[in-house]
Amino acid sequence: MTGAATVQQTEVLESTALNAEYHRLRVRAAAPAATARPGQFFQLLCPASPAGTPFLRRPMSVFGADPAAGEVSFLFKVTGLGTRGLAGLRAGETLDLLGPLGNGFTLDPAWRHIVALGRGAGLATLAPLGAAARGAGMGVSAILSARRPTLMVADDAFRAAGAEVTLVTDAEGTSGPAHVERLLRGLIAAGRCDALFTCGSARLLEVVRRLAQGFGIPAQVALEQQMACGLGMCFCCVRAFRVDGQVLHRRVCYDGPVFDAREALE
Amino acid sequence: MTDLSVRIGALTLANPVMPASGTFGEGMARALDLDRLGAFVTKTITRELRLGNPLPRVAETAGGMLNSIGIPSQGVAHFLEHTLPFFAAYAPPLIASISAPTAEGFASLAAALSVPGVAAIEANISCPNLEADGQAFAMREASTGAAVRALRTATALPLWVKLTPNVGEIAPVARAAEDAGADALVVANTILALSIDIETFRPRLGNVLGGLSGPAIKPIVLRQVWQCARAVRIPVIGCGGISDAADAVEYLLAGASAVQVGTASFRDPTVMVGIIAGLDRFCERHDLPRLADLTGAMRTEETDEPELAWVSPVA
Ligand SMILES: Cc1cc2nc3c(=O)[nH]c(=O)nc-3n(C[C@H](O)[C@H](O)[C@H](O)COP(=O)(O)OP(=O)(O)OC[C@H]3O[C@@H](n4cnc5c(N)ncnc54)[C@H](O)[C@@H]3O)c2cc1C
Ligand SMILES: Cc1cc2nc3c(=O)[nH]c(=O)nc-3n(C[C@H](O)[C@H](O)[C@H](O)COP(=O)(O)O)c2cc1C
Ligand code: FES
Repeated sequence: MTGAATVQQTEVLESTALNAEYHRLRVRAAAPAATARPGQFFQLLCPASPAGTPFLRRPMSVFGADPAAGEVSFLFKVTGLGTRGLAGLRAGETLDLLGPLGNGFTLDPAWRHIVALGRGAGLATLAPLGAAARGAGMGVSAILSARRPTLMVADDAFRAAGAEVTLVTDAEGTSGPAHVERLLRGLIAAGRCDALFTCGSARLLEVVRRLAQGFGIPAQVALEQQMACGLGMCFCCVRAFRVDGQVLHRRVCYDGPVFDAREALE
Repeated sequence: MTDLSVRIGALTLANPVMPASGTFGEGMARALDLDRLGAFVTKTITRELRLGNPLPRVAETAGGMLNSIGIPSQGVAHFLEHTLPFFAAYAPPLIASISAPTAEGFASLAAALSVPGVAAIEANISCPNLEADGQAFAMREASTGAAVRALRTATALPLWVKLTPNVGEIAPVARAAEDAGADALVVANTILALSIDIETFRPRLGNVLGGLSGPAIKPIVLRQVWQCARAVRIPVIGCGGISDAADAVEYLLAGASAVQVGTASFRDPTVMVGIIAGLDRFCERHDLPRLADLTGAMRTEETDEPELAWVSPVA
C-alpha cells in the first residue's frame, strides 16, 4: 500500500435509501480521496445515532470516485450501529473519512474480457471495477447475486458502464453455486473470461477459486474483515491464505483488501 | 518558542509524544509525517514466529475498545531486515518493544536486538511468565525483578520496562523494576476486560478476555502514573487513553516525563501531531519556556497567603 491517506471532513451531497436494506452516500472530497481506485476503501467515522456512538471507524469500499468533480460515493447495507448512523446523514452534513486505503483491483491491459461475480454488499465494491475495465476497452460480464430482486444493487452502474449483466437471486432459485458455476463455465468456454473478480460471498469465492485453479485463469477477490486502524498497524483484520503449501495470515487493510483468489482460504 | 524536548535517562526526545506499542507501524507514514514524533515504538517482537489470537480480535466498548490481538510476531530476522531499515530513514529514535516467556528469553532477545538503529529496549513484561503459572511478570515484584535483572545484564541500551495496570499495588512493582536496573517505566498496558454479546451469548472476542484501552481507562492509568512517579526516581512514560493535548498535560502533571498514544490513532492517525501542536500552544498560553517543567507539577497543597494566614492568624 503506497500513497498518501488523509483524514478529510467532507460535505454530504446526497444521501439516498435505495431499497429496504441499502443506502448510497455521495460526498464532496478533494484529492487524494477523489482519486481512489476500484477495490480501495475508506475508514468512515460514523456519526452518533440514538442507538449510540461508534468508537472505531468503519471500512467502506469506494463505490464511485470522480477526481474531476471532486466526489466520492459509497453504497452500503445498513446493518448495525455505524451504518445506521451513516444512513442518517443528510445533504449538507459532514462525513469524516480516512483514505484512500488498501490495494485495489489490478487490470492487465492484455485482457480482452473480464467477469465480475458478486453478491449483496460486495456488489458495491465491484461496481467501479466494471466501469474501469470498460474504460480500458475490455468487455465485462457481470453476474450479480442477491436474496431477492428488490434487494439488487449496483446493477444499474454495471449497465451504465456497458457491462453484460446477469442477475441471479435466491428467491428465483438462480443464485446457487451450481448454477453460477454453469454460467461461468459458459463464459470461459466462449473465451470471454480472461480474468475473474469476486466479492461478497464465501460460496462464490469457492466457485471462483476452483475454476481459476482448474482453468489457470487469474482471479482476484476483495475480502472483508473487521478493522480498527485500517493502516496495517493493529493486526486485527487478518485472514488466512495458503501460499506454497503454507498457511499464513495477511492483513485485509494493508496487504489487501484485494487478493489472489486462488490463495484465499475459507 | 517553547522547548518541547524531554529527557528519558540518557535519551533526549525532541518532544514527549510517541506511539504505544502495537498501535503503530510503517502504514502510519501514509497518514502523517513520522519525523514529527518524539520517538517510534515497535509492535512487541518475540523470538519465535507467532500467528496471534483467534478472531474477532477487537470489540468496541463505551469510550474505548477491547483487543486480544496477541503478539503475531514475524520474529527477529524480519525486524532486522525490514522494520529497522524502514525506520532508519527517519530522525526519531526507534524503541524496540520485546516480549518473552522467560527471564532468560527476555535477556537473549534484548541482546539480539541491541544493534545500531535501536535506541532503547521497551520490555513488555505484561505477558504471561511461563515459569510462574502464566501470570504476567509485571504482576509480581519478584518476577519483575528477575526479568529486569536478566535484561540489564544483556543490553547496554536504555531499558524501558512496561508495567501492567492489572495489579493491586503498582508502586512496589515499579520500585522492583527500578532496583533491578530499569532506566524508565512505561505505565501502562491494557486493563484485562470482558465483553459479551447478549444476542448470541458469546464473548465478543475470540480469545474471551482482552485488554481495554482508550479514553475509558485514562483516569485509572493516570492514578497509576502518579503512584509510580512518587515511588521511583527514574522517568515514567504515561500511556492510557490519551486522545488530545489536554490528556497529555494531565499525564505530565501527574508525573510523566513523556506520553504514548495508542487507541486514539485508530480514530485519527494524525492525532499525535495534533497533540504535539497542542502541547506547544498550552506552554505558550501558560508562559512556560520548557515543557519538561510540567512533569510532576500537579499542586496538591495550597500555600497561598490567605490560607497560611488562617493557619497562623495574626494575633
Ligand atoms: C474493505 C472493506 C470494504 C467494505 N465495503 C463495504 C461496502 O462497500 N458496502 C457495504 O455495505 N459494506 C462494506 N463493508 C462491510 C462494512 O464495513 C460493515 O458492514 C460495517 O462495518 C458494519 O458496521 P455496523 O456498525 O453498521 O455494524 P455492526 O454489526 O454494529 O458492527 C460491529 C463491528 O463489526 C464490524 N463488521 C460488521 N460487519 C462487517 C463486515 N461485513 N466486514 C467487516 N467488518 C464488519 C464493524 O466494523 C464493527 O467493528 C466493507 C468491509 C471491508 C472490510
Ligand atoms: C490493538 C492493540 C495492540 C496492542 N499491542 C501491544 C503490544 O504488542 N505490546 C504492548 O506492549 N502493548 C500493546 N498494546 C497496548 C498499548 O501499547 C497501550 O499500552 C494501551 O493500548 C493503552 O494506551 P491507549 O489507551 O492509548 O491505547 C496494544 C493495544 C492495542 C489497542
Ligand atoms: S485494521 Fe489494523 S491492521 Fe488492518
